[in-house]
Amino acid sequence: MIGPVMIGPSSSHTAGACRIGLVARQLLRETPARASIGLHASFAKTGKGHGTLQAMVAGLLGFQPDDARLPNAFAEAEAAGLSFEFHDTDLGDVHPNSAQIELTGAGGERALLIASSTGGGVIEAIRVDGFRVGFSGASATLLTRYTDALGVIARVASLVAADHVNIAALVCSREKRGGAAMLCIELDGPLSPAALSFMSGWPEMDWVRMVRPIMDAGDTIGGGDVPVLAGTTA
Amino acid sequence: MNAPSPASAWVLEHDCAESGLDAETVKASMLGRIREMRDSIRRGLSTDAPSITGMVGWNAKGLHDAPDVLNAPLLKRVQAYAMAVNEENARMGRIVAAPTAGSAGTIPGALIGVADHLGLSDEQLIMPMVLAAGIGQAISRQMFISGAAGGCQAEIGSSAAMAAAAVTELLGGSSRACVHAASMALMNTIGLVCDPVGGFVEVPCVSRNAFFAVHAVSSAQLALAGLESFIPPDEVVGAMAQVGRMMPLELRETAEGGLAQTPTGLAVTARMEGK
Repeated sequence: MIGPVMIGPSSSHTAGACRIGLVARQLLRETPARASIGLHASFAKTGKGHGTLQAMVAGLLGFQPDDARLPNAFAEAEAAGLSFEFHDTDLGDVHPNSAQIELTGAGGERALLIASSTGGGVIEAIRVDGFRVGFSGASATLLTRYTDALGVIARVASLVAADHVNIAALVCSREKRGGAAMLCIELDGPLSPAALSFMSGWPEMDWVRMVRPIMDAGDTIGGGDVPVLAGTTA
Repeated sequence: MNAPSPASAWVLEHDCAESGLDAETVKASMLGRIREMRDSIRRGLSTDAPSITGMVGWNAKGLHDAPDVLNAPLLKRVQAYAMAVNEENARMGRIVAAPTAGSAGTIPGALIGVADHLGLSDEQLIMPMVLAAGIGQAISRQMFISGAAGGCQAEIGSSAAMAAAAVTELLGGSSRACVHAASMALMNTIGLVCDPVGGFVEVPCVSRNAFFAVHAVSSAQLALAGLESFIPPDEVVGAMAQVGRMMPLELRETAEGGLAQTPTGLAVTARMEGK
């Protein structure tokens, strides 16, 4: 709640937008080459004056919200070979500060992210490749797209436990029984490369991604369920 | 003065448990942010360079350099510090969101303003700042802290509540006094709309931070004198969340109502769209 340290002028429209870009970038294993970015409601209406467009591109380039290059992200993108376009979009009943990023990598990998910037630089990823997810990037997040089958979630959970990592939260959804599915697991720490590589080898796995935390340690102070007001007046 | 209140110690303990970091690391990180805030204040007071739109940029320095006509140095300092941070923000400068960028001047204005007035060190501000973070988190459990979701009340109300609690702790108030300072700051902000001219975080945001930094100090003064919020703190937050939900979209950061739709406001919008 005290933080992030950031380039102005808006925590939702600048720092949050940058963090949405940072998450999107991690959905590809390769460098992003093209981005098509849809801005919803307040992002579309007031984004321009808040540096939202530059911030989102900065995030796609891997810049943090306090990076002095953020205001010049368009020139930086050109130098880095990232092309992008922005358009207005209607994402339905989501937070007014939301965006959809369609990203294509240098080698042709694609990813689709819908995320909201909920205030104070905090974000919430709500869809990846059309699947319902739910993660904030405050901690390491494991994403896997796989074919729905008996025991896959149990095997993933066992592997995570065997790697000595605790699960904080989990969302899973599937297209249909036996169809494409996605598992989104917020972890208390990152999974080891060995565990990730082992999991990627399972026949059900389409892809596996480890999204590194995009918040600084100090930003989350007071995080979790903190009933401070009630707790001190009882 | 400045012994950690049970509330801030509790927030720190809880955060350490949640993040897995030790208390010294969290405190060091908070001290880093206090210093970042100081840097923003210093830069903001030393320049009159205009913002992106040219609507603001010289207010903090102008006030800082002006004579203290009221013979109230604390008041002037708190206002100037708060505007210094928000004018830095409006120049796309480096600031610390607290809890948002649009409301980033309130906490440094109130807390660092009071500390400098009394000659206190940055280290003495760490635990009050930890408490401010906890208060912000408690508020955010019931409502979104953004102008787009809840109007300006959600942003400046939260920052003023956080600042009020922090100043109260800095001045030796009990946990109960800290929370009631926050509650009084919040209940006297309910209803404030977000109507930024041209959609930019400049007018009224810059001056608003000066006003609400003072508002936070006022709340602390009341709470330290033993005054309390008649409506319990959690209920005040609930009321603000309800008002936020009732607020029309035009008054939630979209620049489609209020100051943004005045002839002067519309002229700024037209001028910036031409750029």
